[in-house]
Amino acid sequence: MKIKTEAGERHVLAITVDNEAGVLAKITGLFTARGYNIESLTVADISSDHALSRITIVTNGPPPVIDQIIAQLERLVPVHKVVDLNDAGEAHVEREIALVKVAGTGEKRIEALRLADVFRAKVVDTTLTSFIFEITGNSDKVDRFIALMRECGLVEVGRTGVVAIARGPEAL
Amino acid sequence: MTEMSGADMVVQALVDLGVDTVFGYPGGAVLPIYDALYKHPTIKHILVRHEQAATHAAEGYARSTGKPGVVLVTSGPGATNAVTGITDALLDSIPMVVLTGQVPTTLIGTDAFQECDTVGITRHCTKHNYLVMDPDRLGPIMHEAFYIATHGRPGPVVIDIPKNVQVATGTYRVPEKIEHQSYRPQVEPDADAIATAVAMIAAAERPVFYTGGGVINAGPDASAALRQLVALTGAPVTSTLMGLGAFPSDDGKWLGMLGMHGTYEANMAMNRADLIIAVGARFDDRVTGRLDAFSPDSKKIHIDIDRSSINKIVPVDLAIVGDAGRALDAIIAGWQDAGHKARDLGEWWRRVDGWRATRCLDFPEKKEAGADIMPQRAVKALFDATRGLDPIITTEVGQHQMWAAQHFGFSAPNRWLTSGGLGTMGYGFPASVGAQIAHPDRLVICIAGEASLQMNIQEMGTVSQYRLPVKIFILNNEWMGMVRQWQELTYESRYSNSYSDSLPDFVKLADAYGWTGLRIDNLGQLEDGIQKMIETPGPVIVDCRVAQLANCFPMIPSGAAHTEMLLQPSDVTGTMDDEAKALV
Ligand SMILES: Cc1ncc(C[n+]2csc(CCOP(=O)(O)OP(=O)(O)O)c2C)c(N)n1
Ligand SMILES: [Mg+2]
Repeated sequence: MKIKTEAGERHVLAITVDNEAGVLAKITGLFTARGYNIESLTVADISSDHALSRITIVTNGPPPVIDQIIAQLERLVPVHKVVDLNDAGEAHVEREIALVKVAGTGEKRIEALRLADVFRAKVVDTTLTSFIFEITGNSDKVDRFIALMRECGLVEVGRTGVVAIARGPEAL
Repeated sequence: MTEMSGADMVVQALVDLGVDTVFGYPGGAVLPIYDALYKHPTIKHILVRHEQAATHAAEGYARSTGKPGVVLVTSGPGATNAVTGITDALLDSIPMVVLTGQVPTTLIGTDAFQECDTVGITRHCTKHNYLVMDPDRLGPIMHEAFYIATHGRPGPVVIDIPKNVQVATGTYRVPEKIEHQSYRPQVEPDADAIATAVAMIAAAERPVFYTGGGVINAGPDASAALRQLVALTGAPVTSTLMGLGAFPSDDGKWLGMLGMHGTYEANMAMNRADLIIAVGARFDDRVTGRLDAFSPDSKKIHIDIDRSSINKIVPVDLAIVGDAGRALDAIIAGWQDAGHKARDLGEWWRRVDGWRATRCLDFPEKKEAGADIMPQRAVKALFDATRGLDPIITTEVGQHQMWAAQHFGFSAPNRWLTSGGLGTMGYGFPASVGAQIAHPDRLVICIAGEASLQMNIQEMGTVSQYRLPVKIFILNNEWMGMVRQWQELTYESRYSNSYSDSLPDFVKLADAYGWTGLRIDNLGQLEDGIQKMIETPGPVIVDCRVAQLANCFPMIPSGAAHTEMLLQPSDVTGTMDDEAKALV
């Protein structure tokens, strides 16, 4: 017997929660306990009185599962609001930052710098044998940049994960 | 606002919240609270013999009264022993507040003596939990915890209280009105959805009400509303294991329980219906059978207080989020306002009667006095003997539980206490303790299996201590019968570790605890034995020896559809494939 899995689609969820101990564990635990995917998760305090945090989760699943994820999140006591940014179609902005360290000399080093320029990545640290690039963009762009850097002496990557916000004047 | 110790605040809050009973067990990390209780004789503390039993007793108390059950245990092993009952309460939506002691805040995280990460361990088996780091927060948290446990879909809430927080002083505050910032369950159903539901019910030719534990949780008024709506529409009713009692079993509209061990008529009606009205039920796998064959031709209305239950397993056509009772009331009002009359469902009822004619709950038995007692017969005899006594029935988990569900009839809610979602062996006896504490003058009977009973049998001491007249009726088949049945059906009768070996002499055990012990060996002794149990004051254990190899039918094998019920042993053929074996 083989175990079957189902194909899914990518959704970006913005969740506002009480900024208190254990909330993140509750949310990530919900994803593991119910077998939902987390592709990326970011969290930070967003209110002036430090009472609220915003969590952005990129997840993947068939539409009924995404609907379940939202319903399950909404019933957690410390969760204020859950918004599926995909419901706004293309009308949301997503960004993530990566710090990409590349080491090498000669032609590879020049090629790395040239590509960084094309991607509008900034050089934030340099030695004679290395660069650290800072690149900002949606996950695809960051993925592509990192893939190219693999050919140019990539040694280390750090990524923030996705933050996202809906376009237009309204708040979440 | 008064300055007092954290421990006094805990007890004051319990008093203010109207708590009369706490089930618990002391230990180092809760000594300050126990000392505060000592000074507060208005709160009755029931000393159990194991913390798991405290949680099930609290569930029994809650399920039989509609009020939250309250548990008090110490840190570390006290808290971990409570985890099974907390999880049981989560799965069956039982309101419960569990107070756990914790090591002092200064020692948290140091692997101190009897330290465990209680909020971590219970994070996913509670509706919500708290670690209280400041005595000033105790008042608001206690009140909020009871609010969360009892509002919306009920469930267990844990409050973990470090010992120094119990000793330190602070200000006791009672929140004026609890309105949680983020937790606001939707209670009132949407009016448009109700109007649509009324129209769908009025138009249906083959409607079925499929009701669950949510109707019980919504209170006796919800059961009354269900009866009224059924009377208005003339539609048949089935219910889940958890929903038994919401609709009277002697009513002609009652189809019996549905699902894996439900009746043929209930499952066939679900399968052939053109409209299913699900009320406070959650399409559990024990109910639906094979999903792609579940009620294929019906429109579905789902009324539930928990939005995440809707479309979780079965996609529905109309979702109504709200309290089951309010939604039923609203549908009744809408029905009457629209001037609907019950449709002629004669054709539908003729089909139902056809399925009923299979008499799926009949079982083969010998009638002479010396014959083995069929377990179904024992349950029927118990039901007959207690009619008019309005008993509260609890069960353990296994075949006896299913036979009790099939053959014991209920006519009112809050009389049937069983572990449905988690299926916890060891639930039934302590639950009967909790029910008896809440209803000292009622007849409370635990229908037990000999294996399950041993999981919390130490509570016989609790019963003796508080002079509770609990009756335990063991359907003793000397097997973990449900396991043996599955091994017979799935593993060619390779009975691996399912024999109940080395059983105690239950009659002598009764004697040892100061109970009355009775044994029933054959059919001729059954009625008298039951009568003796009922008439004997104080706690009684009845060791009712039943046919050992009886199986529980009807049965939908795992992975099969409602239409593929096994009605009797001879329907069982061949062995199961791996796909079926992998299902629970
Ligand atoms: C705590 C726990 N462990 C294991 C099981 C699995 N299980 C389900 S029924 C059953 C056998 C119960 O035997 P008994 O209490 O004698 O009841 P019977 O089926 O014989 O009526 C077992 C082991 C369970 N439900 N709960
Ligand atoms: Mg047994």
